Amino acid sequence: MWRFLAQRLLTAVPTLIIIATLAFALLHATPGGPFDSAKRIPPEIERSIEAQYHLDEPLWRQYLRYMGNLARGDLGPSYQYRDTSVNELIRAGLPVDATVGTCALLLALLLGSLFGIVAALRRDTSWDYVPMLFASLGIALPAFVVGPLLILVFAVTLHWLPSGDWRAGSVRYLILPVVALALPYTAYIARMVRGAALEVLASPFIRTARAKGLPLGTVILRHALRPILSPVVSFIGPAFAGVLTGSIIIESVFGLPGIGRYFLTGAINRDYTLVVGITVLYGALIIVCNLLADLCYAWLDPRVRLRS
Amino acid sequence: MSDAPLLAIRDLTVSYPAGAGAGAGAVRVVDGVSLDLAPGEFLGIVGESGSGKTQLLLSLLGLNAPGAELTGSARYRGAELIGAPERALARVRGARIGIIFQDPMTALNPYLTIGAQLTEAVRHHHRIGRREARRRALELLDAVHVPEPRERFAQHPHELSGGMRQRIVIAMTLLCEPDIVLADEPTTALDVTVQAQILALLRDLRERTRAALILVTHDLGVIAEIADRVAVMYAGRIVEQASAERLFAHASHPYTEGLRRSIVDVDGSLPVRLEGIPGNPPDPAALPPGCAFAPRCPYAFERCRIERPPLEEAAPGHTRACFHPGPLGERAP
Repeated sequence: MWRFLAQRLLTAVPTLIIIATLAFALLHATPGGPFDSAKRIPPEIERSIEAQYHLDEPLWRQYLRYMGNLARGDLGPSYQYRDTSVNELIRAGLPVDATVGTCALLLALLLGSLFGIVAALRRDTSWDYVPMLFASLGIALPAFVVGPLLILVFAVTLHWLPSGDWRAGSVRYLILPVVALALPYTAYIARMVRGAALEVLASPFIRTARAKGLPLGTVILRHALRPILSPVVSFIGPAFAGVLTGSIIIESVFGLPGIGRYFLTGAINRDYTLVVGITVLYGALIIVCNLLADLCYAWLDPRVRLRS
Repeated sequence: MSDAPLLAIRDLTVSYPAGAGAGAGAVRVVDGVSLDLAPGEFLGIVGESGSGKTQLLLSLLGLNAPGAELTGSARYRGAELIGAPERALARVRGARIGIIFQDPMTALNPYLTIGAQLTEAVRHHHRIGRREARRRALELLDAVHVPEPRERFAQHPHELSGGMRQRIVIAMTLLCEPDIVLADEPTTALDVTVQAQILALLRDLRERTRAALILVTHDLGVIAEIADRVAVMYAGRIVEQASAERLFAHASHPYTEGLRRSIVDVDGSLPVRLEGIPGNPPDPAALPPGCAFAPRCPYAFERCRIERPPLEEAAPGHTRACFHPGPLGERAP
């Protein structure tokens, strides 16, 4: 297993180099620069700013400088947020996204599995139809509809919860964004689990377990749960990387200081280092989460061998 | 049989709602079956695939696929099984009536160790600890000739051969010391050489336990090896029933005769020509009006195609459902 891990992490290096190179090239290919504005800046000031950020150097040099810093884990200074490095921005924003995202995915996994299994067990009854109707709605409704709706009901009308903002460590500020973010994941997992459960529950080894006279709970938890959750694991891996890097919509609806918004503002302002930095981070997280998913998969299914 | 029956099946019918055609009614896969099983008796049920043998076994434990409708009665020691609540059935399943399924490749859970699957039922039903269950399981694995039982315990099903898995399944079923073992084609999915070993193992049951056995198979040769009494099923009904000796000596239903002609005698010489039964078993959704076997029967006459023959006593302890009057002679031209 350690060989497998080492090999997978080694192959991640060229992948990340390619991701960084492509992101760098694409951003620099877009017209305009980080310090363009409607107002004309005196040429000498512009030159001094460019010199400070090495933008006056030829592109290949800028690239090598960036990659060299990246190798040391330095994502460079942000062009837009003056006097702040990209590392600092990520360090401030990532815990917010990580908290909201982890809570949302755990909630989605719990509720989605529960609804999916109940729907499969009570197939073609209202226990099946009602959750699956909500699952379809959950997939169809975009976060910019669900988020304001939640705020309208639970913050504006009922005054139960704050409508937005973020206090580190406060659960009250966590609930609405977590619910809004979890909804589509819950819906997706519920549908996926229902399908897997229908297949697993009809399999011969479940019939064997029932023929042993085991209680239904034991049959489900001991015999059916692992095969049912196997397909979910491969979905959760990349999904986790996705929620860790934040959702632009959830962050702006609830006013969260996460890093998702940097993707957008950074791209608009051609904040080269910020966008490339977050892209590389996202790539690295995807690689790590997929690796974790594979390990999880091997742990769930004894037939899976980790071979490099 | 002087003993009170351990299991008394009366007029048992299993039907499934007809698939596509609306208002097509239900498809009867088991149709009015009555059987008795005495304590310790080995009963063979023989028939082609699709004759309802497996559904009959499953209905005794309430394990038919969702949508199955069961009518009639099956009493185990006087307690009704058909339509019994899940909770009551769960106390019978595994503990009183165990079942060995056809395909050991899929019958075991690929996610769990052999040890966990072996011991969970006995721990549940007999309320014994992990250590005691393990001790009994190891003992039984040894008895069913599983080499190095201790190592098997930690293994997963995919690490074992088919024959080994079927031994595990048999041990799993016997561990709770059930009164009745149902075996659904336990040798069909296995290599021929392994088949003989598994059959020998089932035959040994008689010495090891007092369990009765219902063995379902399409292979009359298997039945001949092990059964006391044989019931022949065709299209969901029992068409002939007799002691094994009598059935092999005096098969009086044309279908039984056809099955008998189509087996290869392992001990003696090959029959001059190995014969099959022409045609295919009927679709249970579209049974002919008279005797279901009539379209394939060399002896069938007018009445067979109109009226369904009832199961009647042909000789003491020998019943059959056929209008043909006498002993079956030469085939009709």
